Amino acid sequence: MSLFNVFDIAGSAMAAQSQRLNVVASNLSNADSATSSTGQPYRARQVVFSTAQVSPQGASGVRVADVIDDPSPMKQVYEPKHPLANAEGYVTMPNVNVVEEMVNMISASRSYQTNVEMMNTAKTLLLKTLTIGQ
Amino acid sequence: MTSKLDDVLNFHQTALNLRSHRQQLLAGNIANADTPNFKARDIDFSGALQGALSARSGNPVMARTSPRHLGSANENPGGAQVLYRAPHQPSIDGNTVDMNTERAQFADNAIHYEANLTFISGQIKTLLAAIQG
Repeated sequence: MSLFNVFDIAGSAMAAQSQRLNVVASNLSNADSATSSTGQPYRARQVVFSTAQVSPQGASGVRVADVIDDPSPMKQVYEPKHPLANAEGYVTMPNVNVVEEMVNMISASRSYQTNVEMMNTAKTLLLKTLTIGQ
Repeated sequence: MTSKLDDVLNFHQTALNLRSHRQQLLAGNIANADTPNFKARDIDFSGALQGALSARSGNPVMARTSPRHLGSANENPGGAQVLYRAPHQPSIDGNTVDMNTERAQFADNAIHYEANLTFISGQIKTLLAAIQG
């Protein structure tokens, strides 16, 4: 029954999108963390999605293949009084782009919403299928 | 007699199978809307339905004696061949899912599925009325 696979597909996509949302939350809340437990400033993280086979018939779900460190350069802020400032007075701040992260957040929440609707549709169809012949 | 009963319900049963298969494909497309390099897929429904109906009336399906044998096109429900959608607005990450198209097709397919359910229920009611008098 292929309709049951819709639950797997939508569920995998919801899990992936919520992980993306988690990463966005981590990036946004650490947008100003100039240091961390390793002594380095926080680096933005990004999730990488890839397809995941849920059935042999071609349709595929989503999984998070990897969470990578954002390779973009760190921000340099001139703040000579900061305890972490270097000899020239610059502090290395995280490479979190707040605007990008906000857009990412909206995109993730919309995708999550779409998948919930998809699941509801599949549920309605399956329930109606059970009433055949009644 | 039973084969006649089968024939009555055959069309809608085949259509329902294909519809649920297509629903699953469209769900996969929507789920992968943010996956780089994902190509949206779909089946040609009317062609697949015709193929499935003619397959039922005697087109042979190859038997697989080993799990490593390649499946024939008739392996999918109704022999539906899964095609790739031609993108209207391709994006730079290689993803060809157009959310508007996919969601419209998903809703369309769901409504057609429900319509098929209504038809099949109606037919069963007709048969019951004929049996019970």
